Amino acid sequence: MVEVAIWGSLRVATEGRATVEIEAGNLRELLDGLAEAYPDLRPQLRRGVTVAIDGRNFNDHWFEPIRPDSEVVLLPRIVGG
Amino acid sequence: MALDKQAETAKRQFKVVGTRPNRPDGIDKVTGRARFGADAVAPGMLTGRVLRSPHAHARIVKIDASRAAALSGVKAVVTRADFPEPPAHVADVLDNCMAGAKALYDGHAVAAVAAVSPAVARRALKLIEVEYEVLAHVTDVDEAMQPGAPVLHEGRTDETVPEGFSGNVISRCEFGHGDIEAGLAKADRVVERSFRTAATHQGYIEPHACLAQMGPDGQADLWCCTQGHYMVRNTCAAILGMEVGQLRVTASEIGGGFGGKTTVFLEPVALMLSKKAGRPVKMVMSREEVLRASGPTASTSIDVRIGMTKDGRITAGDAVLRYQGGAYPGSPVGMGSMSAFAPYDLENVRTVGFDVVSNRPKQAAYRAPGAPMAAFAVESVIDELAKSLGLDPLDVRIRNAAVEGTKSSYGPTYPAIGAKATFEAAKAHPHWSAPLGENQGRGVACGFWFNFGGDTCVTLNVNLDGTVSVSEGNPDIGGSRASMSMMAAEELGIPYEQVRTIIADTGSLGQNEVTDGSRVTFAVGLATIEAARQAIRVMCARAAKIWGIDEDAVVWEDGAAKPAGPNAGQFPPMSLAEIAAVASNTGGPIAGHCEVNAEGAGVSFATHIVDTEVDPETGAVKILRYTVIQDAGKAVHPDYVEGQFQGGAVQGIGWALNEEYIYGEDGRLQNPGFLDYRVPVASDLPMIDTVILEIPNPGHPYGVRGVGETSIVPPLAAVANAVSAAAGVRLTDLPMSPPKVQAAIQAARG
Amino acid sequence: MSQIHVTTKINGDETEFLCEPEDTLLDVLRDRLGLTGAKEGCGTGDCGACSVTVDDRLVCSCLMLGAEAEGREIATIEGMADGEVLHPLQRKFIEHAALQCGICTPGILVAAKSLLENNPDPSEEEARYWLAGNLCRCTGYDKIIRAVMDAAAEMRGEIANDPDDSLRRAS
Repeated sequence: MVEVAIWGSLRVATEGRATVEIEAGNLRELLDGLAEAYPDLRPQLRRGVTVAIDGRNFNDHWFEPIRPDSEVVLLPRIVGG
Repeated sequence: MALDKQAETAKRQFKVVGTRPNRPDGIDKVTGRARFGADAVAPGMLTGRVLRSPHAHARIVKIDASRAAALSGVKAVVTRADFPEPPAHVADVLDNCMAGAKALYDGHAVAAVAAVSPAVARRALKLIEVEYEVLAHVTDVDEAMQPGAPVLHEGRTDETVPEGFSGNVISRCEFGHGDIEAGLAKADRVVERSFRTAATHQGYIEPHACLAQMGPDGQADLWCCTQGHYMVRNTCAAILGMEVGQLRVTASEIGGGFGGKTTVFLEPVALMLSKKAGRPVKMVMSREEVLRASGPTASTSIDVRIGMTKDGRITAGDAVLRYQGGAYPGSPVGMGSMSAFAPYDLENVRTVGFDVVSNRPKQAAYRAPGAPMAAFAVESVIDELAKSLGLDPLDVRIRNAAVEGTKSSYGPTYPAIGAKATFEAAKAHPHWSAPLGENQGRGVACGFWFNFGGDTCVTLNVNLDGTVSVSEGNPDIGGSRASMSMMAAEELGIPYEQVRTIIADTGSLGQNEVTDGSRVTFAVGLATIEAARQAIRVMCARAAKIWGIDEDAVVWEDGAAKPAGPNAGQFPPMSLAEIAAVASNTGGPIAGHCEVNAEGAGVSFATHIVDTEVDPETGAVKILRYTVIQDAGKAVHPDYVEGQFQGGAVQGIGWALNEEYIYGEDGRLQNPGFLDYRVPVASDLPMIDTVILEIPNPGHPYGVRGVGETSIVPPLAAVANAVSAAAGVRLTDLPMSPPKVQAAIQAARG
Repeated sequence: MSQIHVTTKINGDETEFLCEPEDTLLDVLRDRLGLTGAKEGCGTGDCGACSVTVDDRLVCSCLMLGAEAEGREIATIEGMADGEVLHPLQRKFIEHAALQCGICTPGILVAAKSLLENNPDPSEEEARYWLAGNLCRCTGYDKIIRAVMDAAAEMRGEIANDPDDSLRRAS
C-alpha cells in the first residue's frame, strides 16, 4: 500500500482524511485507485493533478514507479508562465 | 540514485556548458532581419480586424453584419455563429476569442472582418451593428465574491466552495499541516495584515500577430508569435473542428511572452476568416487591444497571519488568498497558495485560496503565475515581525529556512534545495551591509518556484561535413537555441560553432509542451543531451563496423570514437567529422532523437536585496541598488541566466511601483497604453547585480534547473520592505505609486 | 482618396513610394518598402520599437506620416551595418547578450547610435535617460547599458573599462 497525502480542501472527498492508502505500484495505478476508492475525487482528477513522488513532481508519467515507502503527495496541476 | 548522481553532476568538468558564446540569432536580431509575428506576409493576404465590446458585461442580443459584408473590399465577416460547438476543454478559450451569449469584459471580441486593406477593415467594423443589453458588472475581487454581486456564469462553482459566496467564486483550495492556533499561541508576537495587488500585464513589446491560410480542402497553415505552436495547433484544431494533422503551425521569432503567449486570442479567428474568404488573413493586435483583451495577471486580496518567537522562529503561518482571474475560471491562486510559505520549514502552516471570476479579460500566465503576490504578502509580514522583534530579516529567514528533508508547506518533502544558500549568500553579500542615507531603506525577500518539464521532442542530425543540426519545438524567448547548441556540443565533444539549432514547425516533430514553467533549458536540454547520446551510440557502432570490432569495445571521448582499451585493438580515433563523411557507406545518415515527457524538474529559490529612496514630499520611489541571488542549478549560458534574473527583477519592480490595470466605474479599462500603463524604463533603474548559485538538480544530466520564473517572485516584497523601511510606514497595497506612498506617509505622521 | 507620391532617401538610397495620406512612416517602411526592422510596439510613441532617424534626428516612425518623408534622409536599422561589417553597437549587443527576445533591439540600436553621434562619451546616467523612450521588457536594461557604454568606449578608441566584463569575456 502507498500512503497518499491529500491537500486540505480535497479532504471533503476522502471523508476528511489527510492521507489515504492505495494499492499502487505506479502513477497510473495510483490515480485509478484513488478514483475507485474515492469517487468524489474524480472531478479534481479530471481537472488535473500533479503528483509529487519523493519530492519530484509528475504530471503524466503513468508508469513512474512508486515504492510502498515512497512519499506521495497529491497537488493541483502545476502550470507555468 | 539522487545523491551519487548529484555528486557526479557537481564534479563534472564542462567544456562548453558554463561559457558565454554568442547567440545564433544575434546577427538577425541586431540587423532587423529577424522575422517576428507581424513581419509575415503572404501573396494576396487580407487584413483581419476585431470588433470589441465597449461594455464590461452585456448580453449580445443581435449582431447585424450585413452592411459590413456588403462594403467593397470586405471578404469575410465572422461572429460566434460561424464556429462549431466546441469540445468542453476549449469552450472557454473559444468564448474568450469570440464572445457567445455575453460580452464579459471591456474589449471582448464580438465580431471580426477580413478586408483588402486596414482602412477598409476599419470602415467595415464601424458598419457592424451590435445590439447589447448592458448588465451590471464587477471588476474588484472582494466585491465579486460577495453574495449579490453580478454573476458572470451560472453553475460554474465547484464542489470545494462553501456556502455564503457569490457564483463568481469558482473553487477553493487549502494546503498546509499542523495546528495554526496552537502555533500562534506559542508565538511571542503575531502580526496580521491584509494586502492587495493590482492586475499587471506581461508587457511584451510585440503585440499578438498571426497569418492564417486555410484552403477548401481543409488544410491550413498558420504563422504566429507564440510560446507554444503545438498548443496553438491543438487548440485551433479543436475549436475549428479540424484534424490536428491538417494544421501546420510555424512559430515566428517571439517578441516576449512571459506567459502571456501561452494561449490563443487571434489565431482561431484568423483561420475562420481565411476559411471564409479563401485567402490568407493577417491579424495584428494594437497595443490597446493587447492591454484590453489579452491575458494580464490576476489582481489579488490576501490576508496573512504569522506568529514568531522572540528569537525569530516562526510558530505558525496562515494566509487566505483571493485571486480574480478575469472572466473565466483558472486564476493561479492554487500555485500562489502552494508557494506562499514554500521557502520555510514550518510546523504549522495553512493557506486557503479562492479562484474568482470578474468582468476583466481572462488572466494568462505571467512568470511564476500566482507566486509573486503570495510572496509579497508573506514576506512583508515576516519582515515586519523581524524588525519589530529587533532581528535581522535574513537571520530570521536562515533560522526558518527549508532544507533537504523539510516537509514543504504544500506537502512534499524537499530534496536538495537552495533556499538557505541564497539567504546565506545574501547575508554575506557586501550589499547587505552597505551604508544607507536619509530617506533610504533596504528590503530583502525570498521567492520560490516549482519549475516543470512536460512533452518534449528533439531531433539531432549529424551532417555529412561533421556539423550538427538540432531541431526542437519550443520557441526561443531568451536564448534557448544557444543553450541547446551548447548542450549538444558538450555531449558530442565538438565546438559550439558546429551546432545550429532551429525551431521546427508542428509538422516536423512530435508534441511539445509550451515554452513555460521555466521548462525549456531543463526539458529540451535533457532531450537534446539524450538525442546526442543516441547519435553517439550510432557513431560508435559505425566506427566498430569500420574497425571490425565489437560495438561495446568502442567509446566516445572528445568528439571521437576510440577503442575502449588495448584489448579492443589499435585504431586511431575517428572524429565525428570522419565518421559523418562516410555515413552513406556505413549504413546511411546519422541522427539521434528523443521524444520524452520530461518530469522531475527541480524547484528553485531566489533572494533579492534592494535599496530605495523615498521622496517624503511626493511619495516618489527611486531604486538605488538591486542584487539578485538565485539557485540556477547548473548555469548553461550564464549571460542568459543573468538576463533572466535581471529581467524578472525589473518586471517585479514595475509591478511593485508603477504598473496597474485601472478600471473606471463603467468597468472599462482606463489606461490601455504604455503612457499610462507605465513599465520601467532605463532611467528608472540601476544596474541589477546578480549572483548565480549552482546547486545541481539531480533530475537533469547536467544539473539544470529552470531559472526564468523564480526571479519575479521576490521583488514585490523586497521593494515593499525597502519602501516601508525608507518611508517609516508599512505599505500593503501594490503598486506603491507616489500618491499612495505619500498618503501613507501623511497618515503615519498623523 | 488619391495616394501621395513621395521622394525620399532611405539608408542612403533614393527611394520613391506612394502612400495613403493617413499612412505613418512606420506603415510605409514596413508594409510598402519591406523594411520590417522597425517594429510597432504601441503605435503611440511610447515604446520606441519603431525608432528611426530623420535628417539625423531620432523619431518614432509611428508618430510621423509617410508623406512627411518627402525630401528627408531616413536611416533605419537595415542601414546600420556596413555590408557584412556590423556597427560596433550591433557587435557589442551580441557580445554582451544585450538582447533576449530582440523585438526592441532595432529601435534601441538606432536610438543608441543617435546618442553616440550626439555624445560620444556619455555617462551611464546620460545613456539611461537617452534610452528612456525605448522599452525593453526582457533584460532589465543592465546588459543594454553595458553594451552601449562598451561600444562608446571602443568607438572612442579606448579599451573596455569594465574589468569584470573583460574578465568574463575572456573566460
